[in-house]
Amino acid sequence: MDVKAEVIAQFQQVAAEQGLQLAPLTDELALFDSGLDSLCFAIIVVRLEQTFGVDPFSANNLSFPVTFGDFIGCYQNAAK
Amino acid sequence: MPPNNPRSLCASILAARNLSACIDVGLGARRSWGELAGEAAFAVRRAELQQSSVVVATTGQLDAAAALIQLDGTVRRMVLYPPDLSREHLDYVARLADAEWIVTDDPDLESSNCNIERIVPRRGRSTNEGVDRGQKVETEWILLTSGTTGLPKLVKHTLASLTGAISPHNPSSVPVVWSTLYDIRRYGGLQIFLRAALTGTPLVLSDAHESIAEYLSRAGVDGITHISGTPSQWRRVLMSPSANKIAPAYVRLSGEIADQAILNQLKSQYPEARIAHAFASTEAGVVLEVNDGVMGIPANAIGHNPFVEMKLKDGTLRVRSSRTASGYLGQDSPPLRDGEGFVDTGDVLELREDRYYFAGRRDGTINVGGLKVHPEEVEAVINRHPEVGMSLVRTRKSSITGGLVVADVVLKSPKQPGEDRTQALQREILQICRAELALYKVPVGINFVSTLPVSQTGKLVRRHA
Repeated sequence: MDVKAEVIAQFQQVAAEQGLQLAPLTDELALFDSGLDSLCFAIIVVRLEQTFGVDPFSANNLSFPVTFGDFIGCYQNAAK
Repeated sequence: MPPNNPRSLCASILAARNLSACIDVGLGARRSWGELAGEAAFAVRRAELQQSSVVVATTGQLDAAAALIQLDGTVRRMVLYPPDLSREHLDYVARLADAEWIVTDDPDLESSNCNIERIVPRRGRSTNEGVDRGQKVETEWILLTSGTTGLPKLVKHTLASLTGAISPHNPSSVPVVWSTLYDIRRYGGLQIFLRAALTGTPLVLSDAHESIAEYLSRAGVDGITHISGTPSQWRRVLMSPSANKIAPAYVRLSGEIADQAILNQLKSQYPEARIAHAFASTEAGVVLEVNDGVMGIPANAIGHNPFVEMKLKDGTLRVRSSRTASGYLGQDSPPLRDGEGFVDTGDVLELREDRYYFAGRRDGTINVGGLKVHPEEVEAVINRHPEVGMSLVRTRKSSITGGLVVADVVLKSPKQPGEDRTQALQREILQICRAELALYKVPVGINFVSTLPVSQTGKLVRRHA
């Protein structure tokens, strides 16, 4: 499964559901500049857990993702 | 501050050492404690407000700070109306508080029942000359929390109960600069505001219109040393590219359960900081602080606190101290304290080895990033769908917001719907929820189940955790 495509799809889906304008999703985009808020990220993480069977932020990882690229990286690493 | 000292907040500030220390709320807005306690800060007609009941419903935190400082010790009662609470509840709150006045800077705010004092923030001189400074009133401070029905509950405090955990002197020789991610009209933020006020400490507050990155940059420039917030607010900080702009010596978490991941992540980001998680609530006051960097509460911390008596009864934590609220306002409100003066926090604690861990709320209340969701309110909305028989709303753990809302739904028809119909029903139920509820209350998942557990008394069995 294409991790990046699935993550992008969920960002777009949640933005649409919450009626929010989504910024163009580049790897360098800071997550909180995307137009989404904490609640949106929480929902995205739940949906991605249903798809990938993993929540990379619940483990004892020591850093949170800052950019959209970091966020995708967390899932790519977790899938390995 | 000794509990029986009726000295007003204003008088306490004037007695503190450092009147030139400022509150900074960004966008160039800052005011010193001396100015806020002095005459020029606030144009409200204090003489007319004497002995009255007042709702403080300003838009910004600096105006709220000025109002609280000017009104404490003068008015009979003041209600701290938080900015995130819908204005549609204003008349209900004012009625329950017998309010005669609403203090606001909002030009659009109307009320049919109260006088409105429009404050012209930081312009002109106040007319405090008519105020009898010798007269002392122990002002009732009313904080708002969310209630089961969707209407706010009005929780009664005094300055003495709110400041019970605050030592008036800074024991450290290093200068302290406080900040908080909370709004000062919520209990967690009010604690920090009062702490800074009574110790003459600079205070950096966030502005609703600034981004987290802008706030962190400003807090860094102001050199904040002590800062508090909920675990969810801290996760937001750690997801910001500006998290490294601050270098706090003390990081405090409260308002939600701190899990081990967030404690470790904060230690990793701020290795020099003391990371403390506190247990406090609007009703129970400040109960205790845990400093060993481990989630949960050391078993010996319960029952060994000179200021707060704690016990477990029927699985939940009960607290008796001079810091608890005295009750709820309103005739039909249930008593807050039991016959012995204990407040039931409603938090279920489980003992594992030599530590207590929070196992959720006995009443099933869900905490979404520090915002409370009462399951009954969401269930009532879901149950409006004509095909829904009953529903149970519960919490689902989230690594971002602590908790999220999910719903188990029993359909009236005993026949399980096909896949297409299932998806359509989920969409329809969510549509009703989105139309009726704040977004954080809308379930992130709907499961169709064949039955729900009902107790012998006919009530839904709410699993905590």
